Amino acid sequence: MSEKKDLKRIEQEKERWEAETLKPTLKKNPERAERFTSVSMTPIERLYTAADLPGWDFMEDLGFPGEYPYTRGLHPTMYRGKLWTMRMFAGFGTALETNRRFKYLLEQGQMGLSTAFDLPTLMGYDSDHPFSAGEVGKCGVAIDSLADMEILFDGIPLGEVTTSMTITSPASVLWAMYVTVCEKQGVPYHCIGGTIQNDILKEYIAQKEYIYPIEPSVRLVTDTVLFGAHHLPRWNTISISGYHIREAGSTALQELAFTLGDGMVYVEEAIRAGLDVDAFAPRLSFFFDCHNDLFEEVAKFRAARRLWARLMREKFGAKDPRSWLLRTHAQTAGCSLTAQQPHNNIARVAIQALAGVLGGTQSLHTNAMDEAMALPTEEAAIIALRTQQIIAHESGVTNTVDPLAGSYYVEKLTNQMEEGAWEYFKRLADFGGMIRAIERGFPQREIADAAYAYQQAIEREEKIIVGVNRFTTDEEPPIPLLYINREAEAQQIDRLQQLRRSRDKDAMMRSLDALRQAAAGKDPWGKDLLMPRILDAVRAYATLGEIMGVFREVWGEYTEPNII
Amino acid sequence: MAEVAERKIRVLIAKPGLDGHDRGAKVIARAFRDAGMEVIYTGLRQTPEMIVSAAIQEDVDAIGLSCLSGAHMHLFPRVMELLKERGVDDIIVFGGGTIPEEDIVKLKAAGIAAIFTPGATTGETIEFVKKNVKAKS
Repeated sequence: MSEKKDLKRIEQEKERWEAETLKPTLKKNPERAERFTSVSMTPIERLYTAADLPGWDFMEDLGFPGEYPYTRGLHPTMYRGKLWTMRMFAGFGTALETNRRFKYLLEQGQMGLSTAFDLPTLMGYDSDHPFSAGEVGKCGVAIDSLADMEILFDGIPLGEVTTSMTITSPASVLWAMYVTVCEKQGVPYHCIGGTIQNDILKEYIAQKEYIYPIEPSVRLVTDTVLFGAHHLPRWNTISISGYHIREAGSTALQELAFTLGDGMVYVEEAIRAGLDVDAFAPRLSFFFDCHNDLFEEVAKFRAARRLWARLMREKFGAKDPRSWLLRTHAQTAGCSLTAQQPHNNIARVAIQALAGVLGGTQSLHTNAMDEAMALPTEEAAIIALRTQQIIAHESGVTNTVDPLAGSYYVEKLTNQMEEGAWEYFKRLADFGGMIRAIERGFPQREIADAAYAYQQAIEREEKIIVGVNRFTTDEEPPIPLLYINREAEAQQIDRLQQLRRSRDKDAMMRSLDALRQAAAGKDPWGKDLLMPRILDAVRAYATLGEIMGVFREVWGEYTEPNII
Repeated sequence: MAEVAERKIRVLIAKPGLDGHDRGAKVIARAFRDAGMEVIYTGLRQTPEMIVSAAIQEDVDAIGLSCLSGAHMHLFPRVMELLKERGVDDIIVFGGGTIPEEDIVKLKAAGIAAIFTPGATTGETIEFVKKNVKAKS
């Protein structure tokens, strides 16, 4: 925006300042470190000025909120109009226990539901499978069939709340269960709102809850995108997730680049399946991490919006402005929480949540202080929710749109994020696209390297973690933790076995046969669509393990390259 | 060459159960390797049976178990039981993950030598293994 000659002058003045003012100061008082870096180990300069933004164009790079390229936010009024959705992730034990927690959170002012499932559910095993032993209800709620889902949402009006379900490999099945519960509540399809995570590529890259080989898994995702585009206009069929990439140890830039890289695959696949880009792109949503480095995180969110808008409009030719919008959920960084001095985590979460808000997120989960040790207690979860409410109502940051815009530092970081992402896109393209890059272990290796570099920086005390490598204490009084009811597993298995005895077995077997045929079929976007068959199987009370077992049988399982 | 120098410490890093969070396991594996140990990483989704077999087959000095799913109380003691069943008493077993204090006490009673929680450094873990493996030989 600034004229060239102005920038020249600023550069000259900066040189003068360095010689006249800075140099004597440094001589007397050297800085605390030779090198300053962000939490992602990106070098950070002492001072940023307009000269760091050559060629920066107000309209092209920033613009106005609610307009392309959306750097400043998706809505013209942002949080002046409507606050972000405070959506706390919850789930543990049995469906009945989680149903109670849901109702409690709604009473406390939470605005949407977010469901955590246990590992057997996430991996598509029934609770009585040998691999499920010891895991049932532990890191989320156990769901084996439609019968559990009916209990989970009992008494919650699903036409009024939106529900996010953190589930990926079996996302299609859990979604079918949810839709069926809505049918039973009499909620019409066009009123059902919510999100399934369903981003399978990040599982191969980071979270590792994959089941099948990549190609059939992506087919299953595309099948849900088609079903959503045709039948459930208010459902987000994929939540393209950087969160797990970051938690696995990536830098902020890697999180951004690999997430949008995954997103491009889903867009390409849905177009290949015959959909018009504007028929599904408005229902793609995102999910990013908020780590401790406030400005870097804000820059990441801003760059993400700008990049996605550019990709959707320029690369994919989307015409509907809603297709250009990067709508995102955010969660504070679980990996930043420490088991040492756990109360400190409240402060970390507050800073991270602030980053998400200053970054312009649409919804937010704040972690509880005890999550380095266990799932949160009710009390700890409420402090985390209150943290969001304090930011929303007391801090004043919601009074104006994109308050950090125009900061030389933040704009520079935003530009660097975008440029770095384009470079990663090019490297991914050189592999022949994201799927090939994953098969070759490229993103996995990049993340493992970053995780190791960060850990080493902590051990060299280049990075200070309060309570861990500085300001430590010897004795710490324990804090109360949530213990999962040990009977949950037995109760769950009992109920599952009861269901197996009571359902119409023939109808259930017929539904699974039809599903098997479609899964093996050669016409994925015609007569072999999967979602209608999954819905039939769910309605016949086939269990999650049985439905996922059909796909295991037809498609086989994925083995990952061993990368350390 | 004459007698080979001191045998390197061999460690099996294992991910028991369904949990896929492998950041910690991989960071530890790499740090151990950089510290001069021989490291075998099992990869994901190992049953306690698979882990114990691998440990015996690879003739390791120590097993590091990583679990962030909350299933540690089932999986870790099971590894100890199986080692005992197979008559192995010279492999040090330690663990890491999101594990509350109350469980740490119980796991130690079950024979797990140490538990490292989030925030623990690779340095202290390396030191622990070196000290305890040396102590036993």
